[in-house]
Amino acid sequence: MPGGDVLELDHLMLEQGGFRLSGHWTANPGERIAVMGPSGSGKSTLLSAIAGFLALQFGAIRWEGRDMDSMAPGQRPVTILFQDQNLFPHLTVAQNLGLGMRSDLRLSPDQRAQVERALERVGLGGLGTRRPAQLSGGQASRAALARALLRARPILLLDEPFAALGPALRQEMLELVGEVAASTGALVILVTHDPDDALSFAERTAFIAEGVVQPPVPTARLMANPPPAVQDYLGRK
Amino acid sequence: MILAPALTVLLLALVLAPLLAVGWRGAGLSLGPADWVAVRFSLTQALLSAIFSTLLAIPVARALARRRFPGRGLLITLMGAPFLLPAVVAVLGLLAVFGRSGVLNQGLIALGLPPISIYGLQGVVLAHVFLNLPLATRMILQGWLTIPAERIRLAQSLGFGSAQTFRHLEWPMLREVLPGIFLIILVICLTSFAVVLTLGGGPSATTIELAIYQAVRFEFDLARAAGLAGVQVALCALAALVAWALVRPAGFGAGLDRALALDRPGGWRRVLDGLVLCLATAFLLAPLGAVVLRGLPGLADLPPSVLPAAGRSILVALVSAALATTAALTLALASAQPRAPLVEAAATLPLATSGLVLGTGLFLLIQPFAPPMTLALQVTILVNMALSLPYLYRILLPETRALAADYGRLADSLGLTGWARLRWLVLPRLARPLGFGAGIAAALSMGDLGVIALFAGERQATLPLVVSQLTGAYRLEAAASASLLLVVLSFALFWACDAGGRRAGT
Repeated sequence: MPGGDVLELDHLMLEQGGFRLSGHWTANPGERIAVMGPSGSGKSTLLSAIAGFLALQFGAIRWEGRDMDSMAPGQRPVTILFQDQNLFPHLTVAQNLGLGMRSDLRLSPDQRAQVERALERVGLGGLGTRRPAQLSGGQASRAALARALLRARPILLLDEPFAALGPALRQEMLELVGEVAASTGALVILVTHDPDDALSFAERTAFIAEGVVQPPVPTARLMANPPPAVQDYLGRK
Repeated sequence: MILAPALTVLLLALVLAPLLAVGWRGAGLSLGPADWVAVRFSLTQALLSAIFSTLLAIPVARALARRRFPGRGLLITLMGAPFLLPAVVAVLGLLAVFGRSGVLNQGLIALGLPPISIYGLQGVVLAHVFLNLPLATRMILQGWLTIPAERIRLAQSLGFGSAQTFRHLEWPMLREVLPGIFLIILVICLTSFAVVLTLGGGPSATTIELAIYQAVRFEFDLARAAGLAGVQVALCALAALVAWALVRPAGFGAGLDRALALDRPGGWRRVLDGLVLCLATAFLLAPLGAVVLRGLPGLADLPPSVLPAAGRSILVALVSAALATTAALTLALASAQPRAPLVEAAATLPLATSGLVLGTGLFLLIQPFAPPMTLALQVTILVNMALSLPYLYRILLPETRALAADYGRLADSLGLTGWARLRWLVLPRLARPLGFGAGIAAALSMGDLGVIALFAGERQATLPLVVSQLTGAYRLEAAASASLLLVVLSFALFWACDAGGRRAGT
């Protein structure tokens, strides 16, 4: 059945400031896909389009067969974590999480309990009353992940949200992402620079080169036997 | 959001309808010789005021930029005050110092010298310099502080002297900022009314704005008023357009300090800087001090017209500030991303008008349906709202742009829209500039004497109008007491809004 239970990029064509990006492939629920490519190749552009911040020139993005074109970013089955600014600095951590459930923040006691449980799940139990400025970088990432957990949308987009963290902490975060995604059954698309992150986290990797998002291929195979463009990117002979 | 387009149309209509009414009524009218004298005087006084304000501000700003002394911050804050000082109060203070029986003339007479007159061109220019010198100083100081630290370091490492520093660092900066400052002050002085009402007058010292007032109020010649208003709009629109294009935001609230200081040459330059600062401070403080000294004794025994007028003024100020802030926020949010030219036009257009021009237009529009006097306060609220809108919009736009850039996508991705977005994102993030802007609007509206003079009878008079009437009747003690009340109320309104915004913003 065409469409089905998948994210489908159907002859996608994007344009942003004279720069074009195209792609045509599908991804399955619960899958973990890495997106790699040189800087400026359009990794973030792709995620922006899926999240609904960028109108398509041509083609469609479908989820479970439904065209997402007419859906506002907040209505899409998508949670996105940006490189930074994932939390509102003037709200407490608990309020930031609460916004993921009800945008007017009128939470029921049950929902408040859910917020507290989500914080505990990511190791931030009891920190709900803090402001983001009082958190470390790793804790802020955890808070954003806790919100993703609460929202439980079927697609989780990660636009290098852990790029500012050290390797060990980043690895820890990716494991946490894995747990969150496993418990919500979400498809994860992770933009990353680091081949090790891709290898350890993603079954498949989509490489972007010359304005085309290649269909994702098994990460291990891509790294073991990279095509020329990927070789150039990785700096290997 | 349907709100922004509707508001844009409403605001455009609020400004354009009076302009059309003026154009309709004034079309084909040929202005008489007296009117052309008024046009010439308007331009002359505005040009002279702008030239003196700008030129005199340069040494003051330079001294403030390169010297550090106790009270410097206070002095810079003081420089921000005249922008909010009601013009009627400034006039009264200047009368106390430079007037017929003022301190200066008493000194001259004691020395056996002939007294000078504050009335006419010199008085109007003096008052405009008093009101605008601090504004110019702050804007030029801003320019001085934007000279990149790297370039100052480079100049110091090359051993530049004062002359070379001026030529290579300061003059290029001045050449960039002065034209805009000059034009802004030119526009302010072209549309100034309260100053000319008291210090000008007579056939040789009447501005267009004053001539409009006289045509409506005393001659009831609406066609002539409309014709004059047309000329006024043409002049203001031209100057405002050029100024708007040239001028960067003045940054009233920005911190005026930084780590790397300019060279501080010693010797006679140091003495000169000190002298400049003392003179400027005395020039600004003496008239205010005189108002306080004269006004304090009479505060307990105010004329009966004062308190009701104060109540009306507060009402007008609060309502017009609330309307202007709401409108400016709506428009600034609408044009934050992407730019919306029509919204920008609606927010900027009032700059091309003046209180008396809008007043005349609204007078013409209302007159067929109701006696304009009965709507004096409503019209004043609307006009004050329209006239403070461009300033507020200019204050809020960079803030809404930053908000959209920093948190727009996050809010969108969380589906934060409508009231929830306002409640949880916009209002908390923008509380400070909103409070500051509302304070500016309230103080400007509180102290404004313009359209109300055109409309008001006894029972609609606002506090500035009462001050102006008392001054005109030479009841200077009572005028000073009422002025004192006006100043206190204006600054209290500003402070309350600004502090409220700060508190909500933390």
